[in-house]
Amino acid sequence: MGREVLLGDEAVGLGAVHAGLTGIFGYPGTPSTEIFEFVERIARKRGDIEAHWSTNEKVAYEEALGVSWAGRRALVTMKHVGLNVAADAFMNSAVTGANGGLVLAVADDPGMHSSQNEQDSRYFAKFALIPCFEPRDQQACYDMTRDAYDLSEELGIPVMVRLVTRIAHSRSAVETVSEPRPQNPLEPAKDIRRWTLLPSNARVQYRILVEKQPELLRRAEESPYNVLELRGKRGIIACGITLNYALENLPRDHDWSILAIGQYPVPPEKLRRLVEHVDEVLVLEDGYPFVEEMLRGLFGLGMATVRGRLTGELPRTGELNPDLVRAGMGLPEVATAAQMDTTAASRPPTLCPGCPHTDTYKALNEALEIFTDPQVFSDIGCYTLGALPPLQAIHSCVDMGASISMAAGAAIAGYRPAVAVIGDSTFAHSGMTGLLSAIEQEANVNIVIVDNETVAMTGTQPSAATMETLDRIVLGLGIDPEHFRVITPVPKNHADNVRVFREELEHEGPSVIVARRACIEKIKRHR
Amino acid sequence: MEKNLILAGVGGQGILSIAFVIDNAALDAGYQFKQAEVHGMSQRGGAVQSHLRYADHPIHSDLIPTGRVDMVLSVEPLEVLRYWKTLSPEGWVVSSITPYINIPDYPDMDELLTQLVSFPSVVLVDAGKIAQAAGNLRAQNMATLGAASPLLDFDDEQLLKYVRVLFGAKGEKIVAVNEKAYRYGKAAGQFFRGLIEAGIAPLDAVWLTRRMDPATIDPAQAGRWARLASDKDALAAILEAGSDLDAARVGVPG
Repeated sequence: MGREVLLGDEAVGLGAVHAGLTGIFGYPGTPSTEIFEFVERIARKRGDIEAHWSTNEKVAYEEALGVSWAGRRALVTMKHVGLNVAADAFMNSAVTGANGGLVLAVADDPGMHSSQNEQDSRYFAKFALIPCFEPRDQQACYDMTRDAYDLSEELGIPVMVRLVTRIAHSRSAVETVSEPRPQNPLEPAKDIRRWTLLPSNARVQYRILVEKQPELLRRAEESPYNVLELRGKRGIIACGITLNYALENLPRDHDWSILAIGQYPVPPEKLRRLVEHVDEVLVLEDGYPFVEEMLRGLFGLGMATVRGRLTGELPRTGELNPDLVRAGMGLPEVATAAQMDTTAASRPPTLCPGCPHTDTYKALNEALEIFTDPQVFSDIGCYTLGALPPLQAIHSCVDMGASISMAAGAAIAGYRPAVAVIGDSTFAHSGMTGLLSAIEQEANVNIVIVDNETVAMTGTQPSAATMETLDRIVLGLGIDPEHFRVITPVPKNHADNVRVFREELEHEGPSVIVARRACIEKIKRHR
Repeated sequence: MEKNLILAGVGGQGILSIAFVIDNAALDAGYQFKQAEVHGMSQRGGAVQSHLRYADHPIHSDLIPTGRVDMVLSVEPLEVLRYWKTLSPEGWVVSSITPYINIPDYPDMDELLTQLVSFPSVVLVDAGKIAQAAGNLRAQNMATLGAASPLLDFDDEQLLKYVRVLFGAKGEKIVAVNEKAYRYGKAAGQFFRGLIEAGIAPLDAVWLTRRMDPATIDPAQAGRWARLASDKDALAAILEAGSDLDAARVGVPG
């Protein structure tokens, strides 16, 4: 046994490595990024694990599925919204099933610390009919990931490990095994019907998946991660990390009956025993009211009273914490120190001093002054901070790649000027297809690709489409070379850059302006 | 034993470096610990915090419940106000008074200091000045850690061991600067508390601690300085002469 200090993310990564991981794939996204980065550091040292950032989550998922097809163990990492991008591959991988162990580590972001929604990936696991682990602490991150591989191979299906921000980015000591499992040998899948989802095959495969469900329930019922402790008449169902928030507020000899859930599908028998034992039950979930809704059903339970996010004991949205759970449990507030009643001026994140995006936005803002109240479509990355004062240069941010396609749609609807601002990595992720469509549709759009040569927001990971690669892609997609412009966003070029923007704004038809200067954080880090 | 800290500052100020040092010292001392941190968007110049808990028993929550925070340890004075409502009645504020001004509505500094000293259990040091004296402005985090260290459960060596580990890869000079910042910060914090305990008005204690040379500030002399502080003219004369009490040869009762 060893002991290591690990983030929840890192504990998942180490669990995978110790389970005999062959390949890890992913796309950076807070709060999931550190899973990949931790394994990548080990891979670099060991040389026998493949670690690759992919252009997007769908590609990453399919690459992991390919490793699984080859009989070896794969990990694929992403943030919750990344799973939307990978959903096609994800849903169908449940139908083909896994050959080598296939684990999806997805990090949800309740409270939206760094995200545009707080969707709960447990629904995706249920949707795809696969098991899901939800760790309550760093040790469970490590243990569950190792168990997830065994379960994946035993049942022949992918398994999800669902993290939340607070566990992903919290650090503690983790006990590790002394003898990591060796990697699987290369043993490609031979069953063509299973992997070729023509309707006739898919119907068979889907039935097989459905027929595995009683076994999934049995496993969940017997899981050491689903722990029922019957005491008094007040009950708690605590999913994942929320168990800690409940226990934090209770003395050791409390009289609450608690069902801790760490492995899905929800174990019906354990749930029934709890509900029959108690008069009322509080459901704690760091995410959507997934179990609460299930328990309540359409017409209520008829037995115990169910409370939670749907009844106002807990807030319907946002991250849970020990204070909210305490209030939900009806316990009195804890006394605090008395101090002056003050509020601190808020300090939102900002673009770094010297950031190239600032110079791009200043030039774009000035170029757009000829229009009345121009609205600029944008995308997901550091440059989204351009929406805040003092720049206030962009006016939308929806999903990866939406800037280009929404600008095209607005242009087609008659809006002018239809300007999109997108980063180099976001362009590689989901912008290329949108640009190809816009060119094919001859949409009157001006697309600004802010190429800072890296995935900056998540910690300067390599970008798949930067510099010459980016230029070749844009030209290859069919943009008129006369309306493909490259500028260098530095203060001394301001007037020239404004002129370039103006020229392209006057052009009828698609144009691409690449604003290229390296991220200063990247320069600092990779010096 | 259980200690719950909120480490606070602005993205880029090195909150996680403070956490690294305390985490590892706690682990060495045989404590359990949990430490929740902020990654991602907020790190870009926004307000950041880390909840750090260590105890001689298992810790459940990664987040500290309101009312159970033992210390807000902040590298930036405004950031204290964001978290101090979570302090337990016995809780402490340890903060640098060097402002990080990257917002248009940063409060008036005198007003901010008045608010901070209204809290009785407070340690305030000028981490910017201390770090500069130690040789690098970036060492403000270690200066603030030094100021907080007497209220933690480790001796200097237990903490400094991990200051060295943390900065080891950056070379001997950076290690020495950070170690120095820690020691200067500790001395400044003790001097400040010495003044307060000797009855000097808190704002005067801030002012006087700030006037001292971080390299030679002597907590053992805090009592003598405090008694002197009642005579503003004599105090000014000594500070003028180089803040050496003995050299100034004033009749301060030892």
